[in-house]
Amino acid sequence: MTIKNLIVRPTTKAVDSGDRLFTTLVGAASSIVVILLLGFIILLVVDSRESIRSFGMGFLTGSKWNPVATEVNHIQFGALPYIFGTVVTSLIALALATPLALGSAIFVSEYAPSWLGKPVAFIIELLVAIPSVAYGIWGLFVLVPIMRNVVEPFLQSTIGKVPVIGALVAGPPFGQDLLTGGVVLAIMILPTILSLSREIIAHVPRLQKEGMLALGATRWEVLSKAVLPYARGGIVGAAMLGLARAIGETMAVTMVIGNSSTKIGASLLTPGYTIASAIANQFTEADSPIYFSAIVELGLVLLIVASVFNIGSRLLIRRLARREGGSHA
Amino acid sequence: MNPIRPLADIVRNRTAPENPSANAGRSITVRSLSAFYGKHKAIEDIDLDIHPGVVTAIIGPSGCGKSTMIRCINRMHEVIAGAYATGSVLLDGEDIYAPDANPVRMRRRIGMVFQKPNPFPTKTVYENVIAGIRLNLPKMTKAGYDEAVEKSLRSVALWDEVKDKLHSSGASLSGGQQQRLCIARAIAIEPEVLLLDEPCSALDPTATLKIEDLLFELKEAYTIVLVTHNMQQAARASDTTAFFLADERHAGHLIEQGPTQDMFMHPKDQRTEDYISGRLG
Amino acid sequence: MRSRSEDRKFAQRRVRGVVNAGIAVALTVLAVSALFVIVGHIFVNGVGSLNLDFFTKIPKPYGETGGGIAQAILGTLAMLCLAAIIAVPIGVGTAIYIAEIGRGRFAQMVRFAIELLAELPSIVVGVFIWALLVRNITGYSGIAGACALAVIMIPIIARSVEEILKLVPDSLREAALALGTPRWKVVLFIVIPTVLPGMFTGIMLAVARAAGETAPLLLTSLGNAFFNFDMRKPMAAMPLQIYSYAVSPYDDWHKKAWASTLVLIALVAVLSGAVKFFTRRWKHESH
Repeated sequence: MTIKNLIVRPTTKAVDSGDRLFTTLVGAASSIVVILLLGFIILLVVDSRESIRSFGMGFLTGSKWNPVATEVNHIQFGALPYIFGTVVTSLIALALATPLALGSAIFVSEYAPSWLGKPVAFIIELLVAIPSVAYGIWGLFVLVPIMRNVVEPFLQSTIGKVPVIGALVAGPPFGQDLLTGGVVLAIMILPTILSLSREIIAHVPRLQKEGMLALGATRWEVLSKAVLPYARGGIVGAAMLGLARAIGETMAVTMVIGNSSTKIGASLLTPGYTIASAIANQFTEADSPIYFSAIVELGLVLLIVASVFNIGSRLLIRRLARREGGSHA
Repeated sequence: MNPIRPLADIVRNRTAPENPSANAGRSITVRSLSAFYGKHKAIEDIDLDIHPGVVTAIIGPSGCGKSTMIRCINRMHEVIAGAYATGSVLLDGEDIYAPDANPVRMRRRIGMVFQKPNPFPTKTVYENVIAGIRLNLPKMTKAGYDEAVEKSLRSVALWDEVKDKLHSSGASLSGGQQQRLCIARAIAIEPEVLLLDEPCSALDPTATLKIEDLLFELKEAYTIVLVTHNMQQAARASDTTAFFLADERHAGHLIEQGPTQDMFMHPKDQRTEDYISGRLG
Repeated sequence: MRSRSEDRKFAQRRVRGVVNAGIAVALTVLAVSALFVIVGHIFVNGVGSLNLDFFTKIPKPYGETGGGIAQAILGTLAMLCLAAIIAVPIGVGTAIYIAEIGRGRFAQMVRFAIELLAELPSIVVGVFIWALLVRNITGYSGIAGACALAVIMIPIIARSVEEILKLVPDSLREAALALGTPRWKVVLFIVIPTVLPGMFTGIMLAVARAAGETAPLLLTSLGNAFFNFDMRKPMAAMPLQIYSYAVSPYDDWHKKAWASTLVLIALVAVLSGAVKFFTRRWKHESH
């Protein structure tokens, strides 16, 4: 995503039948796009209707997910554990990825000479080309054992001893758990946050940097007192975009998060689900209309949450671009 | 009618320049200064004397290297990738281009005001003023900062206008106020020199005059160098003027330097006279 | 003025600067190493299982060694082709519309729609096609898979083609229009020929992206252990094969999963690498 302006091309009205046909064709293509988007949203809403009607807010707040009615339990779909898993793993990913991305962005933009900075940024941004399932398999066979055998026991022996915070790492280290899910997501969203942050930092007007420099600031001080404060909003926007990506990510998380427990507790070392992984794991079993509707509603919830952060990110960055356009160097 | 006369009148009508007081700034001696942007030589072999207690104006047509010149004085020129300078600039006898000189520490002693006002938008007016103090000086008490803010803002005649909005964003002021804020910010750390690079080019005439009046008072405490493309401004506001010129064959160089009165009424070089009378540049 | 306390503070400031620069470097090193670690593991773990059988045979039943992922490779190629056939006209047509012709409300709406489509989580795209086609119309099928991939490809193509069209200087259009050339000829015969390599690039990027997508295919083409040339039936794809192999309990399948990942990454790299190569060549020629 780049900061760009609306340019209007020179053109003229349709003059002959060729023009009319041409305009119709490209207009049709564009209309398909709009219809596709609208249809997308409408279909998701319509097909979740049944689930929404049956469970209402309980879908979001309830924790029981029973596709089968027995004498004791009714059919219930409460997605709270999935929402919880999504929130927790995405936040972990954000917390881990943002310092890495920001640190790299700062190094590449402000410290490294361009013959070093550009290739380094390129390499990190290559991470975005790696397919999600590749992250999944690496996560499953490489990261999970490391987490289970090295990292998590280590965390338990250090943070685990601290009161209150220790609850975050309580319980047996599964390896396939929320924490590992967060770590994999962090690597996946790192390039997104990095490339956007780089652009934002590059757009800080030179006059701001020179103003701080002229007061006798060191390089780091120009960064921390002039550049980063100015870029603050945009960087938050970059982080939000990363968060949106983490929320929507499916395969890598599915393969490392365990997909078993629906317990909502304080420990990050429990297996869990995210909304996306729940969909991926259960859709084949959606044999009843209500089950089907519940899965679609899950998709709708995911869409809404991811979109909120996407749009929020875009708004923040537009605001920064507007300000920068006004006080141009 | 002699086109030089109106300018000469402006110069004559100002009150006589004050005598520089004993603790007014420091002198700057530029010797053999050349500055490059990569392979391109922007200014060549400049010898310039800048005295404390007076406003020295650097004038010349656009592209003559005035900005480059002034940016060499506080080593801002080399901040641009590939740019460097050769020669020496002595600040009170000390060469700021000496191999062991620290440009970061130098810049603290030399304040700069830029062409476009550049207050820090994420900081309040208050924080803008003390930005340099916060940076360079050890921590002060709140009262200390308050005092510094008021003192600086008063010296730029901004205190009354902004004393009720000290905690609004630095960017919320008008253009002229912003520039005076930048001057306040620059002098808050009590530099020895104040460099102003076409400070009024983005401002309206009223704001411009306010700043010129300011310079008149500030020169008692600081050595002031003013780059301007506006000859009337040089005539109004400066005591000494240096005229720069560049062309296809020559990088920017110093044509003539002297008391403003003399330069405008009896320029020694024909090119100076051409420029001042509007025939050149 | 200079003073002892300023000197002391400066020493502190300098230390702080060095420390922070060091932290930035450390974080960068960590970030860079991530790529090498992951690709390294994939290579090391996967390269050993690559052989001719791998590319030409279908999987053996439950954990028997031998066999390959031939059907998945074909499935991926087939669905990518169909997806491209759907997505390229729509994506390019939309890009032409918003870059060359459209002005006003509708064009803005289209642009906005493209931005939104680009940000859709891929699993939700899968749910959409699942609900729309799979449930009632096509069942789990290669067609549904291709449709899901097409939805993902369209905004990528539209965006990059739009960017490229914007790069064409207006003077070119103006010159042609001034000669009385009708608009459609200006676009088709004058503007587009100059950007063909770039357009191809944008399409390849979209294909590279679609090649790696798993989640939408999970819900639409489902996967298949056998050769299947009927796109109305469930179809295998490389990412799907990787997934089912990886989560299985069989060691041999794990090895094959690594190998498949290596091949997939190689495919994505080749497609994207072709992109970079062409972009550079084209930029070179046009400057």
